Amino acid sequence: MTDVAVSTTEVKARTTSEQRRATIVGVALIALGGFVFWAFGLNVAGDLDSTFKLSLPTDRFQGIEWTVNTQLLGFVVAGILAFLGGVVLRRSHLKWTNRILAVGMVLFVLAFLAWAAGGKSFSLVGMLRSTVILSVPVTLGALTGLMCERVAIINIAIEGQLLTAAFVGTILGSAFGPWVGLFGALVSGAVLGGVLAVLSIKYRVDQIIAGVVINIFALGLTSFLASRVLAEAPHFNSPGRFTPWPIPILSDIPVLGPMFFDHSFFVYGMFILVIVIHFGLFYTRWGLRSRSVGEHPEAADTVGINVYRTRYRNVILGGLIAGFGGAFITLSQVPRFEENITAGIGFIGLAAMIFGRWMPFGVLGAGLVFGFARGLQTKLGILGAPIPSEFLSMTPYIVTIIVVAGVVGKARPPAADGQPYIKD
Amino acid sequence: MTQGAPPEDPIEDEDPIEDQGYPEWFERVTGVGSSIGQAMVVPVLALFTALIIGGVIIILTDLDTLRLYGESPGEAAKESIVGVWEAYKALFLGAVGSPRAISDTLFSATPLILAGLAVAIGFRAGLFNIGVNGQMLIGGMAALWVGFSFSLPLVVHIMLAFLAGIIFGALWGSIAGLLKGKTGAHEVITTIMLNFIALFLVDYLLKTSFFQATGRQDPISRVVAESARLPTLFPWGRVHIGFLIALVAVFFTYWLLFKSSIGFEFRAVGFNPDAGRYAGMNVAWIYVSVMAISGGLAGIAGSNQLLGLAPYQALPGFSGTTGFDAIALALLGRSHPFGVLAAGLLFGALRAGGRSMQGLAGIPLDLVLIMQALIIVFIAAPELVRSIYRIKAPEGEEGLQLTKGWGG
Amino acid sequence: MQREAGLELELRGCSKQFPGVLACDNVNFTVAGGEIVALLGENGAGKTTLMNILYGLYTPTSGMVLVDGVPLKMDSPADAIAAGIGMVHQHFMLVPVFTVSENVMLGVEPVGRAGWLKQAEAADVVREISGRYNLEVDPDAMVEDLPVGVQQRVEIIKVLEREARFVVFDEPTSVLTPREVEGFFDIVRGLKEDGKGIVFISHKLGEALEIADRIVIMRAGRTVAEVLPGEVSEEQLAELMVGRPVDLVVHKEVAKPEGVVLSVDDLVVFDDRDQRAVDGVSFEVRAGEIVGVAGVQGNGQTQLVEAITGLRQATTGSVSIGGTDVTGDTPRQVHKREVAHVPEDRQRSGLVLPFTVTENTVLDSYYAPPISRGVQMDWGAARERAERLVEEYDVRTPGIDALVSTLSGGNQQKVIVAREFERDITLVIASQPTRGIDVGSIEYIHARIVEKRDAGAAVLIVSSELDEVVGLSDRVIVMFDGKIAGEFDPAVATTTEIGLAMLGSEAEAS
Repeated sequence: MTDVAVSTTEVKARTTSEQRRATIVGVALIALGGFVFWAFGLNVAGDLDSTFKLSLPTDRFQGIEWTVNTQLLGFVVAGILAFLGGVVLRRSHLKWTNRILAVGMVLFVLAFLAWAAGGKSFSLVGMLRSTVILSVPVTLGALTGLMCERVAIINIAIEGQLLTAAFVGTILGSAFGPWVGLFGALVSGAVLGGVLAVLSIKYRVDQIIAGVVINIFALGLTSFLASRVLAEAPHFNSPGRFTPWPIPILSDIPVLGPMFFDHSFFVYGMFILVIVIHFGLFYTRWGLRSRSVGEHPEAADTVGINVYRTRYRNVILGGLIAGFGGAFITLSQVPRFEENITAGIGFIGLAAMIFGRWMPFGVLGAGLVFGFARGLQTKLGILGAPIPSEFLSMTPYIVTIIVVAGVVGKARPPAADGQPYIKD
Repeated sequence: MTQGAPPEDPIEDEDPIEDQGYPEWFERVTGVGSSIGQAMVVPVLALFTALIIGGVIIILTDLDTLRLYGESPGEAAKESIVGVWEAYKALFLGAVGSPRAISDTLFSATPLILAGLAVAIGFRAGLFNIGVNGQMLIGGMAALWVGFSFSLPLVVHIMLAFLAGIIFGALWGSIAGLLKGKTGAHEVITTIMLNFIALFLVDYLLKTSFFQATGRQDPISRVVAESARLPTLFPWGRVHIGFLIALVAVFFTYWLLFKSSIGFEFRAVGFNPDAGRYAGMNVAWIYVSVMAISGGLAGIAGSNQLLGLAPYQALPGFSGTTGFDAIALALLGRSHPFGVLAAGLLFGALRAGGRSMQGLAGIPLDLVLIMQALIIVFIAAPELVRSIYRIKAPEGEEGLQLTKGWGG
Repeated sequence: MQREAGLELELRGCSKQFPGVLACDNVNFTVAGGEIVALLGENGAGKTTLMNILYGLYTPTSGMVLVDGVPLKMDSPADAIAAGIGMVHQHFMLVPVFTVSENVMLGVEPVGRAGWLKQAEAADVVREISGRYNLEVDPDAMVEDLPVGVQQRVEIIKVLEREARFVVFDEPTSVLTPREVEGFFDIVRGLKEDGKGIVFISHKLGEALEIADRIVIMRAGRTVAEVLPGEVSEEQLAELMVGRPVDLVVHKEVAKPEGVVLSVDDLVVFDDRDQRAVDGVSFEVRAGEIVGVAGVQGNGQTQLVEAITGLRQATTGSVSIGGTDVTGDTPRQVHKREVAHVPEDRQRSGLVLPFTVTENTVLDSYYAPPISRGVQMDWGAARERAERLVEEYDVRTPGIDALVSTLSGGNQQKVIVAREFERDITLVIASQPTRGIDVGSIEYIHARIVEKRDAGAAVLIVSSELDEVVGLSDRVIVMFDGKIAGEFDPAVATTTEIGLAMLGSEAEAS
């Protein structure tokens, strides 16, 4: 019997779409370099200095700063960007395109911050810290979406889940203390997840419609109750807060300390969840079975896996995560509930999920990017940068569109995404 | 490949549609057996159920009465029932109780119908246009600008303003269509993002000298000239020619979808883009066209909001929640222009009545939002309503399946 | 041949009712250990439904499943697996992005604490089974990168891993070349030696005669006959399957080819994964002849047809129709050159299922007179056309307003053929024209194709059913790995020769 080849069939072809994207990215980087050269270099007075503060007033080690000549930094970054663009254009290592792009963007942001802080000082470490904090609801929302989509259920209702959890957390937190509030938030997120699951699995409602409906319902109900109940009884709108738990020793490390190790447990929880979900999905039986349901539910069914039950379970687990995220908003981030306090974070979370390629660590990275974009508006407002605040507010949304339009490469969602599984 | 259905050929002789099991006289009287009757059963029951649940919510959130239950339950129960009764009486009267109320209903229905048509056209082509709010904002601003920048004869001025509204709404909508057609970016996310961008853009514009009312510091626009304000239809109430425009839009959409070759393409691509491609249709271009038309309709809705009611000025976020209401309308109306018209009138009635309910009985308008959401759920999951009231499903009902995943 | 006494699988009195369709009607079926039973029937006869009942995917409306005489509840595949029944499906139940060992262990994973997967152990199991039954495969390979024949081995390993005593194969050879089919039969015989009971579902008569110990024939949901291979001929089997004498041979006169209509020159086409699907293909089709492209699916035929019909851009090379270069034309432009295209996936490309019959028949002509004037459509004219087509092409439908999704596969295909053939045609391109269709419709469509050829059209047929290609074509081209591996005269070439070409071996001069 002849041996038929058992390994990957030879890729004899050129990869045309990857090459095209590399060209676009390369040209964009060079153009960006040119822009930086002009806007953050030539356009800046030669004697301006930007000071980046690297320690917070509350840190153990004080007074760490980095002062740099604004114009010089602009020129240097412009040069590096042009160089990186050239490297990408050579298309010799296509796999690095995304990583180089990421590095380029970081440098661009650095130059931009330096320009905005020209002649003043700017707390870089404060910005980094708030990036992490602002990324929490986004990442948690993205993780919720990930849990659902990995079993092929599209969850548009993340926004509604976060909002409801925030509301429930506030009410119960005001009445019985923040821990009860947290518990209530978790439960409410799970319940809404259950509703989504029932609608889309049992009643086979189109998943996007089900999600949109839950959002409308959540917005309506929370707004209604907020004006009818909270307005009358404002003592229901002052839940306690979870104070930060700094990790001893680690939180004293300059820069990294305040950035990662001095937060409320929600932030730590986010990091832990990312790790747990990653290992769960790819190294455990639960993960293998869940992914099989998302990629090829028929195959899973034929080996005896209960597709419906897997989907219910994972969507509800995702709901718990959303509950956690909602609780963070009103029990840690801000002191009270307001109508529509989430303002689209759930949808940014969805974008982060796509940006992060449905992988937990990718989602974490994406969440940080969006957290940064969210923080820009306040920080630059403080600096008095000459950009209208409304445009800064638009940044996360514009970034989302760019991401979803595939500038960062084509994404492959789980194969059965969005399709209900119909058995006899 | 169909899963779960009989694997290959069903036997040739098809069964005629089965008897639904209603007594004959019932069918004759209510029209339930006929296909229009069929289509009406679930929506009517949905509305009914939503009203019941709404009533329950009213009772449960009336804090004063709830406290009363502790002291004298009998009194409290009466209070609760009275509370619901008052609320719904206000709702009903505010919607259809007088010529002024009806006029108010039509007035509220106008933007809803237009926005609902926008979403419905999208659905027909397989596109989920959640961006109606943003398209209304952009289109509305364009119409507004024409409205206060010139002084022209009435008819000309209004037409010009609406034209601007249509064009700019269409442009904004086509962004999402272009992204979908060229990059496969899913319109749910792009339209939501564009909504936010439009919101902030309008915020900004309302602070620029271009738009801002002279002498004001807060974001509010200049006032529309007299010659561009939509004249009212009757001496009582607020309904204006915008309603007539909405009617025209309904008929136009009907013709477009079912009598024109363009609409044929929209519907084909909506059901099966692969077959569309094979048949020679330019799917990417169709996506752009659909979103443009959809955005144009939304632009009319936005223009209507600024040209048709006092104070004839734009405030930030003047489109309100119309975009989301429109989704409910399109679903309720089964994405059919006449269905959207009926649903729009219904929701307009709820709106007008809701305002009255808020004013007279103190129930926040958000209750209407909740009821809307419930109605959508019941429409999108007819199974739910049927299992509550124990009705059988009609033969061969198409599930409302729109999602095809995120894939580009 | 070892026959383990008392080891038997039985379906007794099984019926399965779907809305409007009785798929299985009081069926009795048995298979013993160490025996190979072939279950024959044409598409829609109920074979797959019956086996799905056996495997717990469907619950029978009445009747029961017995193993060794004991009735068992089959509510889900888990029950079937526990009872020792394994199934290798026609469309593989493999997760493309998982590795071989992940696919094999799915559902029976070796785990440590907290459900931690023991990957190494799973890989060992795969190696052990693959060695024992001579099923070469790499446990760490990603399934989507494997050729179809190897994927099938993974499916078999899955079944064996769960210690199946009975194995059901559903149309296993439809994706194999003739040579691979031989290898497959060796494996099956090995399983039989091991005492396993085998059910072999197929519509391929010759193969059933070759491999089976016993043949059961189903028609319209009932078992109509049970025969031994030595006692019947292919023609008799076909007659039993269809219920009337069937002509397995396509009757046509000798072709009289004239001028060149379609000319493909050194065509190179890439597929969606940026692989070279068509690698320098050149051939011609003349008016009045039928050229058939044979070959197992996945060797570039799909992309070849897409490039010719404008659905996909060719990278280099050219396509000409009637002397004019059409490389890079849009599908509509190609269509206007009097080209009829019957697509390989009728439900995905050829029809809009939720549309009515009328709407589907104007899918190619809706934009121009007489169906529309400017932008306004003339539904009266469209309906007239639909009525005419339904009448002439014998489409069985409740009416032209019926949704096309309610039609049977054969009638759906007829709608497409009617639409495409009903105008002046110089070139017909038909891709898998009779896949999944009942025999009556197959005969009909073959006849219309030959009719078009005799009317002077050039015809290009692409099919993975070798019998169809050989029977229908005047000239046969074999595609392998994106290239033309051989050209044959079907009147003289043997299946072995063609089969070799399908595997890529150099063929002798045709």
